[in-house]
Amino acid sequence: MSGTNLDRRGFLTKSSVAFAGLSIAPGMILFDLAQAHPLGDAVSSKVRWGMLIDSSKCESGCTDCVTACNTENGLSGGVKATDSQWIRKVELKDLRTGRTTFLPMLCQHCEQPPCVDVCPTAASFKRADGIVLVDKHLCIGCRYCMMACPYKARSFVHENLTDQKTDVPRGKGTVESCTLCVHRVDKGQNTACADACSKAGHNAILFGNLNDPESEIAKRIRAVATTQIRADLGLNPGIQYEGI
Amino acid sequence: MLAKSFARYETRYFYALVALGGLIVAMGLMAMHYMEEHGHIVTGMNNQIVWGMPHVFAIFMIVAASGVLNVASIGSVFSKAPYKARAPLAGLLAIALLAGGLTVLMLDLGRPDRIIVAATHFNPTSVFAWNIVLYSGMFTLVGLYLWTMLEKRMNPWSAPLGFAVFAWRIILTSGTGMIFAFLVARQAYGSALLPPLFIALSFAWGLAVFHVVQSAMYAWNSQTQDPAILKRMKNLLGVFVIGSLYFVAAYHMTNLYFAKQTAFEHFILSSGGIYPVLFWAGYVVLGSLLPLLLIFLPGLGQIKCVVAASLLVILGSFALLYVFIIGGQAFPLSIFPGFAASSSFGDGQIGSYIPSCPEILLGFGGLGVAFLITIVSVRVLDSLPHDLPSSKN
Repeated sequence: MSGTNLDRRGFLTKSSVAFAGLSIAPGMILFDLAQAHPLGDAVSSKVRWGMLIDSSKCESGCTDCVTACNTENGLSGGVKATDSQWIRKVELKDLRTGRTTFLPMLCQHCEQPPCVDVCPTAASFKRADGIVLVDKHLCIGCRYCMMACPYKARSFVHENLTDQKTDVPRGKGTVESCTLCVHRVDKGQNTACADACSKAGHNAILFGNLNDPESEIAKRIRAVATTQIRADLGLNPGIQYEGI
Repeated sequence: MLAKSFARYETRYFYALVALGGLIVAMGLMAMHYMEEHGHIVTGMNNQIVWGMPHVFAIFMIVAASGVLNVASIGSVFSKAPYKARAPLAGLLAIALLAGGLTVLMLDLGRPDRIIVAATHFNPTSVFAWNIVLYSGMFTLVGLYLWTMLEKRMNPWSAPLGFAVFAWRIILTSGTGMIFAFLVARQAYGSALLPPLFIALSFAWGLAVFHVVQSAMYAWNSQTQDPAILKRMKNLLGVFVIGSLYFVAAYHMTNLYFAKQTAFEHFILSSGGIYPVLFWAGYVVLGSLLPLLLIFLPGLGQIKCVVAASLLVILGSFALLYVFIIGGQAFPLSIFPGFAASSSFGDGQIGSYIPSCPEILLGFGGLGVAFLITIVSVRVLDSLPHDLPSSKN
């Protein structure tokens, strides 16, 4: 009778150890994975992501950056007033000279973003590395950020969504805008629009770290005259232009 | 004879009004459900006109809610007896209108189910978030104020609370103006004139609502208003309408003087289709000048004229808000000054907006909420103004 009890005790002990191991192991693996890519390294104010867009290289008929953005982020590509457009091609005609230029327009990832200031729930936020994002779990869909954005960079999801990308969460009734391909940037990749522009042979979009003096973008900004759109507002956008 | 038959069926009429209010609220809720189910695609709003008819209704009610308290403030803060007698009704109307306005504002959200997030996550730099605090505080303060007025033992606290409510409502309406004043890049907004403009408008709109409700209550109870008090209150409405016109004129004159704003002013005041029509015919003529004639023209100014003037002021307020909110967004943002811009996203183009049935029903649903709260509370609580025969100051 006592032997049976010992066997039972041993069985319970071994089962408990095995159960504990099974419970803790996945967590330990996740912990290791997290340690392999510390978040602090990925998002730091030592980095400020930005773009330099050369409008003189932006070809009139080309919309590859727009198509690449739509594909990457699972946007429909529709151009109704209610469709989301995270990047758009703008044609500019100088009112004095009549000169025409083209440029892609997207969220300018401001250093002082008005959308972040006005958001009542802090759903709009700026990461330490300068990328301005919307937390889809906090956005209540009040659209005040859209009223505040000087660049008309934000879209509201007006209808049900299908075929979303797992890397790019979106939600009906919330506001969204260019994420500067944060899911790619965090993996050390370029933005989809910049890649598409290079692939098309135009190289109008240069993406990089504005804070690194040795980066290609920082060197070019030092070398050529660049423009920030609505610089008079003092928002210090991370997206800069040349050739306007 | 007519009064006798009305008195006999008075309870039935009351329940008929409650049913009517309930029906309007139900229609508003159905509209909201339809909008939430399908998304804002079923409204006239889009990525350029992001705030539409629901905001016109909501802002009217929120601004009028603050303005109607003016009647109470004149009584409590400035110790004017005729207004003191009207303070309970003013307090009830303020709560009713605020509730109606906030209902519309909340139910128009893209995610109304997440409204609790607005309470759990607070961004201190957001004027919207400040307003959430201001609205909650307003309900509390006006509730306490009503308590001090309706409960005899609490009467001594009525004056200090009246003063607190007065201060709070001035800040609240400034906050509503700041929602627009803090928009850095929009030609229609971003002006320090907007908070005082909203305060002036609130005085006129709130008093207009008060006149309509008060007159309806007197008629319902087969009583007549003291002509001396009516004269004072209609003159006050006239002064507030003139004050509003002054601020609206100052706002447009300032814009007209700045070269960078003249294109916008030309659009709103002259070339913008529906917007100039609503501004001049709706707000200026029907909503301001005609009421002023009805109030001040010799031979006019009787109760019917005052009610008509008040209804016209309310009509004009909707016209002005439509022009301000929707017209202000329809004019394209000046993203590239010095350039003519065009794109697939409406750059450089006038935004189009056609209000849809669900959003209008939602707006009326908010009015229904205010109406229901008003008729039930004025019946339950003793809020009919009782003027003392000697109340002349």
